[in-house]
Amino acid sequence: MANMAQAIRMALHYAEEKLGVTDIFGEDVGAPLGGVFTCTQGLKTTWNSPLDERGIIGAAMGIAMGGGRPVAEIQFCDYVYNTIDLLKLAGNTCWSSNGDWNLPMVVRTPVGSGIRGSIYHSHSFDATMTHIPGWKVVMPSTPLDAYGLLISACKEQNPVMFLEPKALLRVKGEERIPGEPDDDRALSKLIDAPLGDRSQWVPQWPQLEEYAVPIGKGKLVREGTQVTVVSYGRTLPLCARAAATLADEGLSVEVIDLRSLWPYDWEMIKSSVQKTGRVLFVNEDTEVTNFGEHLMRRTVEELFYSLLAAPRLVAGKFVPGIGLADTLEMASVPQQNDITTALRTLANEQP
Amino acid sequence: MSRPRLIKESSAPLPLDRELLVRIHDLMVKTRTLEERLIQMYKQGHGYFWIGGPGEEAFNVPLGLLMKKGQGPEYDYLHAHYRQSGTLLALGEEPIGALRQMKNTATDPYSGGRNFAGHFSLRKYNVAPVSSPIEVQYAIAPGTAMVQKRLGGDGITIVTGGDAGTAEGDFASCLVWSSRPANPLPILIIVTNNKWGISTSGDGQHGETRVSDRGKAFNIQSKTINGNDPVEAYQELKAAMEYVRKERKPFLLEAMVSRLYGHSSASGANYVADEVDCLKTFEARLEQEGVLTRQQMDDLRNRYTEEMAAAARTARDEPLPAPETIWKHIFAEDK
Repeated sequence: MANMAQAIRMALHYAEEKLGVTDIFGEDVGAPLGGVFTCTQGLKTTWNSPLDERGIIGAAMGIAMGGGRPVAEIQFCDYVYNTIDLLKLAGNTCWSSNGDWNLPMVVRTPVGSGIRGSIYHSHSFDATMTHIPGWKVVMPSTPLDAYGLLISACKEQNPVMFLEPKALLRVKGEERIPGEPDDDRALSKLIDAPLGDRSQWVPQWPQLEEYAVPIGKGKLVREGTQVTVVSYGRTLPLCARAAATLADEGLSVEVIDLRSLWPYDWEMIKSSVQKTGRVLFVNEDTEVTNFGEHLMRRTVEELFYSLLAAPRLVAGKFVPGIGLADTLEMASVPQQNDITTALRTLANEQP
Repeated sequence: MSRPRLIKESSAPLPLDRELLVRIHDLMVKTRTLEERLIQMYKQGHGYFWIGGPGEEAFNVPLGLLMKKGQGPEYDYLHAHYRQSGTLLALGEEPIGALRQMKNTATDPYSGGRNFAGHFSLRKYNVAPVSSPIEVQYAIAPGTAMVQKRLGGDGITIVTGGDAGTAEGDFASCLVWSSRPANPLPILIIVTNNKWGISTSGDGQHGETRVSDRGKAFNIQSKTINGNDPVEAYQELKAAMEYVRKERKPFLLEAMVSRLYGHSSASGANYVADEVDCLKTFEARLEQEGVLTRQQMDDLRNRYTEEMAAAARTARDEPLPAPETIWKHIFAEDK
């Protein structure tokens, strides 16, 4: 099965062939590297931008205004912070012009911990991005969802922030991308650039099919009856494994992959919480002013009388960065055991 | 580089057709009376904030007249700043639109009552939404120019901003992105230099002799002109635009202009007598050359002043946007 980096690459190939994507660009996005995470190898509309994040976001806005359809990349989300006012502008352009202008543009950026990236390659961006109205914000946790969400993003009339959990970029999926070959090694031979000289290399793209994951729709990863866990990105597979572990203890955990952070699938959360009465939100952004806090607030306001226990949030520690040492990273962001313990505690909590 | 000079120093006959001179003058007067009415509306409490560009008419009007007007990359894009009512009027906009924006009525054609005066947005003429944070337009403009370069044709991108804002990194971004040897862009980069950044004088901020000198480092053709002379502005803009249209390469144009009413209502918006008034000097020259009489020009000004007052009264009586409209246009619907 394809990994997420390959899935993104295939979605971009599909999008430039079928959906009118005109520019896939950013730092080291074009040949010879094809992206520091290999997500843009072998694509025909890629090009290398100056090392200038504000220029990248600005150019994407201009290309979208000019009638192009850009997919811009910020190499690590840690570097998108100096473009915040441009992101705000991209988000408010439709509104401030009273619907006159719209910006069909996608920004992709890797987020979160998991590669021992130290202080400047481990940041999360979900809380910041969901604070900027006018954007749609998505974050897949599987290669198939990455493929489907990116295809939806490339069909949007509005700016879409596509957050890539970098810890999952190399993880193979359990579901096949529509059109990818049965054999993983065959896929790699077709679309992974060779090491060394790539000047003569041309990818051989499989016959890919359109598969769009609608923006705003979550995924019920596992059904359960006693407690709900809502997550996305790197922490989602941890939640799924925690649910599997707890099933062995006789505890039934429902797992929701939010996939889209804005708009998000409140109906899915609501019906699950009404069923289980207990909910845990999990992500790895810092816990103060965290997107999960918004979800908790809404849960309390709208579902208070369905709750059997206080909603909980497991998130990253509110510290200025993630230290390089294994022990520091592990202590800073949620790990498997944190989630399992939190779910067990929540399930057993009695008023 | 041409030496900035005052119009009154010139003794050469006016080199533009009479019809064009009269048209430029008409639009300059129309713009000035619009800006004066906007200031008055602010002072009378019919708006929350005024910012605009009285003093820049001699440059902004020719710019609007010379633009290839239309929608889409075949036509010129304007990434403007908030001092360009003259350009919009020269593109054919009616002044009441700006008055409606000042009064933030539902009929405001540029933002539906959502944005400040002078923050134009006009997709039908490729005028990108004006932003309050200065200079961000310099980071965005290369994008439209890239699309135009790829398309071919002669559409160009025009980006304008002030001299103080050139301190922002986005100005450097624009120079870098426009001049990459593998892909130079058809973009006219304009800086209107009024020697002020709100209350900060340019002398304390600019180490470069001319802002246009910054083009040299990027091999961008550049020039400083007297933006207070509409004839020079028209001719130099025309030459620069022809270069960009034909060569598909960037050009950096610095126009020395006046700031006749200060920065904005934050600084009082009162007439600054020691600045060169481009309208006064142009009118003196038109009279001297026999293009228009003093009486004709006075009549024109009176007529526009009355028209602006009437339009302001119309705008004042129009409803504000309904509160529930805050939910409209957060996202574009599929088109």
